[in-house]
Amino acid sequence: MDKYVVGLYDDEEVLLSAIKKVKQAGFHIHEVVTPFPVHGLDDALGHKQSRLHTVGFVGGATGFTIAISFMIWAATSSYPTNYGGKPYLSLPSYIPITFELTVLFAAISMVVAFFIRCGLSISASPKIYDERTTDYLFGMAIKVTEDTTPEDYSRINDTFTKTGVAEIKVRDFDEEK
Amino acid sequence: MGSYESPIREPLILGDKDYKQITTDIVRSTQGFPPMAWVIAISIAGSLAAFYFFCVAWTVYYGIGVWNLNKTVGWAYDITNFVWWVGIGHAGTLISAVLLLFRQKWRTGINRAAEAMTIFAVICAAQFPGIHMGRPWMAFFIFPYPNSRGPLWPNFQSPLMWDVFAISTYFTVSLLFWYSGLLPDFGTIRDRSKGKFRKAIYNALSFGWRGEAKHWQRFESLSLVLAGLSTPLVLSVHTIVSFDFATSVIPGWHTTIFPPYFVAGAIFSGFAMVLTLMLITRKVLKLEDYITIAHIEAMNKIILLTGSIVGIAYITELWTAWYSGFIYEWFAFYNRALGPMAWAYYIMMTCNVISPQFFWIKKLRRNLYLTFFLSITVNIGMWFERFVIIVTSLYRDYIPSSWADYYPSWVEVGIYVGTIGLFFTLFLLFARAFPVIAIAEVKSILKSSGAAARVKQKAKDDAMAKGGYAEGGDLAGAHHDVKID
Repeated sequence: MDKYVVGLYDDEEVLLSAIKKVKQAGFHIHEVVTPFPVHGLDDALGHKQSRLHTVGFVGGATGFTIAISFMIWAATSSYPTNYGGKPYLSLPSYIPITFELTVLFAAISMVVAFFIRCGLSISASPKIYDERTTDYLFGMAIKVTEDTTPEDYSRINDTFTKTGVAEIKVRDFDEEK
Repeated sequence: MGSYESPIREPLILGDKDYKQITTDIVRSTQGFPPMAWVIAISIAGSLAAFYFFCVAWTVYYGIGVWNLNKTVGWAYDITNFVWWVGIGHAGTLISAVLLLFRQKWRTGINRAAEAMTIFAVICAAQFPGIHMGRPWMAFFIFPYPNSRGPLWPNFQSPLMWDVFAISTYFTVSLLFWYSGLLPDFGTIRDRSKGKFRKAIYNALSFGWRGEAKHWQRFESLSLVLAGLSTPLVLSVHTIVSFDFATSVIPGWHTTIFPPYFVAGAIFSGFAMVLTLMLITRKVLKLEDYITIAHIEAMNKIILLTGSIVGIAYITELWTAWYSGFIYEWFAFYNRALGPMAWAYYIMMTCNVISPQFFWIKKLRRNLYLTFFLSITVNIGMWFERFVIIVTSLYRDYIPSSWADYYPSWVEVGIYVGTIGLFFTLFLLFARAFPVIAIAEVKSILKSSGAAARVKQKAKDDAMAKGGYAEGGDLAGAHHDVKID
């Protein structure tokens, strides 16, 4: 079953301290959704650093290699052309295009990787815990299963309430389908 | 939570806003039926854009002869407009990318609209290399694709070829940067939408964004790297455009000052266009609390700086022309100031050198009417700068027997005015369907830079000045943990 208890907070500072308390109480936080990026959230949740910049670097290196090797091949091997007496291998004149393709490949590869890693697609139908979490509320979702006892539920609710939650709701995505 | 921000700093969000209010204020312009002013504006802009396509069709059908170019003046309105539009586009990337790297929070009120402006300006710019070709149906020749003519490759040593890659890259990267920033805001609009159809459209546009913490982390990492890539891109693209002239042998063109001069000029004209657009947008969409006078003043300071750089470049050119001892270079500038087309040179000088100097005075920097008037003046001046560089250098170059005159034909003027219509049509559509301010980014600075935050910080500072730590004050710059009771 795809069921969650969602605590909705209306202040990001309260959210950050709440995350600490909820983790101390022994619960595993499935997900936190916010309307804007909150500083300190990744550390609080223990997220590792994103490796998108590595993707960008590899993409840029690819663009660089493609650009410069193609131009050198085209100008020295495929169809050497005498332009105003300039040498066939004129590396300085290849710099602008090489730079542009480096940036282009880096940017495209990063954006594509971003979309893929986040699972974003034009036909996506995302699981929204509460529609106000992209507006003004911050949501913390704790996954519950069939084994979750009523005491667990009340412990979750208590922890949320103690940490200053604005609203608590239970969402079962399987039921809603 | 964040670093200390002095309460005497001007707030970047006015009024007593909370996150919900910010969303409501900004999303309002995408809801409901468009107001009459919008309908009238897009009718005018749309008609001009239609006229643009008509003039282009006329040019392609009858040939470049319908333009008034001749052997001496081989480039005139076409390349003037190309450089003008590309220059305008640069401010958007600068605001998004460079101001992000410099952690200037005031960029959040204007970056969305400025980046949109960049994309539409580059669309307009990219028209000209295509339509100014003698045989535009052969435009694909400029791309290096395998062919049976040798294979014949384009000349990678030519700045015109560098332009192809630079403008394509600039357009693509700006589009990606702008669009990835829009994803969270589309998610916001989707979740506030009542109608099924509207919800489905904005869901598709948002690619299913829902604000997960890990996604935001990747989003910030992406934004930072794209900003880091876009900054050298801005500098390189207009440098490459300047190379179209600087790598030639024409007096008045062949000078090494062109790259920094063009880049500064691009930022100058770009910010002027951002101001023109933002002053109208903030008034019409009632967003004065988010695009405040502080934003306007900051932009005017940049206009003052870059305008002064352009002014110094003009003087440097004059001095270098004399110092070089090369009579053709000296004549090029003598001719600009005292020749038959000197009127264009004086328009350029007045608009570009004199007008930004008003912004030394704080009261004038914060005067909206003067800012609007000067922003238009600067754009006119920068158009004339490109016109002067191109036409006055060509029409009186080395051999007097080749000297010729130039005045535009109706087709050229129609194309130019038409691209202005195209630009405004696109911008008006953007203002209607997309959030013109970056909702999520503005929310992220509310706590640190909102008007309410300033009041709170002042109260804390006063309390600390009076009673030390007992009243809950804290040292400037110290990070403090939120107390949990």
